Amino acid sequence: MIGNFFIDVCRKDIPLSFFVLILLLFDLNVNAAVNDVAIQSEQLPKKLSEFGFFKDPVKQIPVQNVIPYELISPLFSDYARKKRFVYVPIGKKAVHRTDAAYQFPIGTALIKTFYYLDDERNKESKSQLLETRVLLRKENGWDAASYAWDKETRDAELKIAGKTINSSWVNKEGELMNVRYRVPNKNQCQECHESNNKIIPIGPKTRNLNKKVFYSDLNGELNQLQYWISKGIIDSHSDSLERVVAWNDINKNIEKRARSYLAINCGHCHSPTGNGASSGLYLNFTEDRPKQLGVLKKPVAAGRGSGNKLYSIVPGKPEDSILLYRMRSTDPGIMMPESGRVLNHNEGIDLIANWIKSLN
Amino acid sequence: MFNKFNILCLLFYSHVLHAEIYNIGPGLNSQEQLQELMILARPGDTIQLKEGVYELSDGLSLTQNEVSIKGAGMHKTVLDFSEQMSGAQGLLVTSNNVVLKDFAIINTKGDALKVIGADGIYMVNLRTEWTNGPDTSNGAYGLYPVQSKNVYIDGCVAIGASDAGIYVGQSENIIVRNNIAQYNVAGIEIENSYYADVFDNEVSLNTGGILVFDLPDLPQQGGHNIRVFRNQSSNNNTDNFAPKGNIVATVPRGTGILVLANSTVEIFDNEIHDNGSINLGIVSYFEETDDPDYYPHPRSIYIHNNNFSNSGYNPDVAANEMAKTLASLAKEDMPDIFWDGILPLNQMVFGQPEEERIVLGDNGDASFLAIKPIQFLLPFLNPVNRNYIEYQTGSRSLDEVKFKVPMERFN
Repeated sequence: MIGNFFIDVCRKDIPLSFFVLILLLFDLNVNAAVNDVAIQSEQLPKKLSEFGFFKDPVKQIPVQNVIPYELISPLFSDYARKKRFVYVPIGKKAVHRTDAAYQFPIGTALIKTFYYLDDERNKESKSQLLETRVLLRKENGWDAASYAWDKETRDAELKIAGKTINSSWVNKEGELMNVRYRVPNKNQCQECHESNNKIIPIGPKTRNLNKKVFYSDLNGELNQLQYWISKGIIDSHSDSLERVVAWNDINKNIEKRARSYLAINCGHCHSPTGNGASSGLYLNFTEDRPKQLGVLKKPVAAGRGSGNKLYSIVPGKPEDSILLYRMRSTDPGIMMPESGRVLNHNEGIDLIANWIKSLN
Repeated sequence: MFNKFNILCLLFYSHVLHAEIYNIGPGLNSQEQLQELMILARPGDTIQLKEGVYELSDGLSLTQNEVSIKGAGMHKTVLDFSEQMSGAQGLLVTSNNVVLKDFAIINTKGDALKVIGADGIYMVNLRTEWTNGPDTSNGAYGLYPVQSKNVYIDGCVAIGASDAGIYVGQSENIIVRNNIAQYNVAGIEIENSYYADVFDNEVSLNTGGILVFDLPDLPQQGGHNIRVFRNQSSNNNTDNFAPKGNIVATVPRGTGILVLANSTVEIFDNEIHDNGSINLGIVSYFEETDDPDYYPHPRSIYIHNNNFSNSGYNPDVAANEMAKTLASLAKEDMPDIFWDGILPLNQMVFGQPEEERIVLGDNGDASFLAIKPIQFLLPFLNPVNRNYIEYQTGSRSLDEVKFKVPMERFN
């Protein structure tokens, strides 16, 4: 109710809307529920806390209707760990689609927090919160932004122009890692999330969600789409749809692992509707034409990204394959993906190298 | 100047105000301030970049429609990416009706200015340059609109790109005029595009001057209706420095104009001279392809009223197959215009459809050489055809490319 009132006021009277917004912001501090107005308002709140997603922001414990979820195969982001949450307004539902993310209703928020553990060898070591990215389904489409965390205030602040965070942590092998971590600016959010000139979610597709997850409220495992049904945010899902596999699951077929990895790391731009469409290289999960997948495909506008190699993928020869060359680089003029990482993903590189080696 | 209060005002009020002009100068926070403005600007707004060098560490991007970004001149306002740490280009534009005018983008790690999927992009008096001269480690493209419509590039300077200085790919309705392109591998390249007018450009000291190409396995192909006229393409004798794998790496040093697999191209009133391999080449796509939708041979190319001189005096025989083949066939008498003669087999035997033939109008005393591929394969037959008159009948002028250019926003 108040949301509609606010939006109406916004349309008609800007100074008054400013006033109402201030009132609403004050109101938030005593309200433990998600702030639907903040999600749908045309202007993004300056602080993450204004959305009311978390009971305990530092421990990332969400309020009641903010539901944690996981992906079977996630995007690599400089070895950062991630916590994902979905909020669908009460009484509304998301609709399953075959080759896209769920169609979420207006008022939905997808929330993803990036963090490092101080020491990856010790799961109990302290977390360094980096940023929380939000995708907000407003009346006229999705909006995307990121909030960077501030230790002092226990809150995260809107960074529409992005932010550089110099971080260090100890990795699984015990090495001290230093990273110039980049919080994406608002436009960069859009560059990856754009399809046919509209912002869309990438991760929450049925094929990437359909797995069992441990739920503390159930004190046990449940398929997370079943869980979503029990929470009333979806009605059904297609269990017959081919799932992606976890890229690091060595018990799975290497082809499926590689294609799952490429789909989530590259396929949002490298698809016929993404920002990398002009390359003619398509790495989305359902692409099945060898040439479009890069097999003996010449580069088009790669520049020095070609590394003096002739083809994206040369079967059996990872060293001659441009795709792997660009994964192995951290030079902005060569590396792929173009944004979202400054480190090499060594395990991903090994997977793709082994997959190319296995091709004939 | 620009502060938090301004941002707040902008956030709450910008959508009810008329066009704003935001002034910004260089400083320690150039990166963040410029990027923030490019995000906050609303349709109709102008970002005015004061004179000075803006040192930038990360790529910039614009996603808002109908914004203008203007500097104080291509030598006065310089976006310097020499210390760039992230971003595949200097500036990325993905929105419509954007005017970019009077500034420079230099020394980016990848492309200088990339425009994806725009309807209406107007680039005026810009400079893109790698200041260390031709170098394989330079970025690929200077001005790089792709999959766009209504592309206008006027009065720009593009120097040092390791692929093309000005590259228009998979686009439609294109005007490229009054530009200077030097020390690139390709000066100007129009690729897989429809309806382009390329005129009054000065293209010299590149590996190849002006390229009109059509390539397979791309979302848009079948390039057609390209007019190349009143350009000067001369002294394009810089050694090819493109990284291998890229199509321009196959262009011989010393190429004036090269048409590859394009249809309906009209080349006229150009000054084409002092290109060491060939002043004007018309060739088929020479690599294997299994793309069923792709036609690899040039069709309906009309060449007239050009002024040619001094072609092929130093062909790139050591580094380039095409130049080597041409030089061996021409035997010291290098032509101004070269056609590789490659066609589908039935056409090589029975001849081309009349409307697809190459037409050579009056080109002064220009010389011509075409290969007769069938005779090329048989010993004792002369594989060379220098009979200019055989191609002189017909004319097939193309229409001017017209679309609305918002000149009123160029002030």
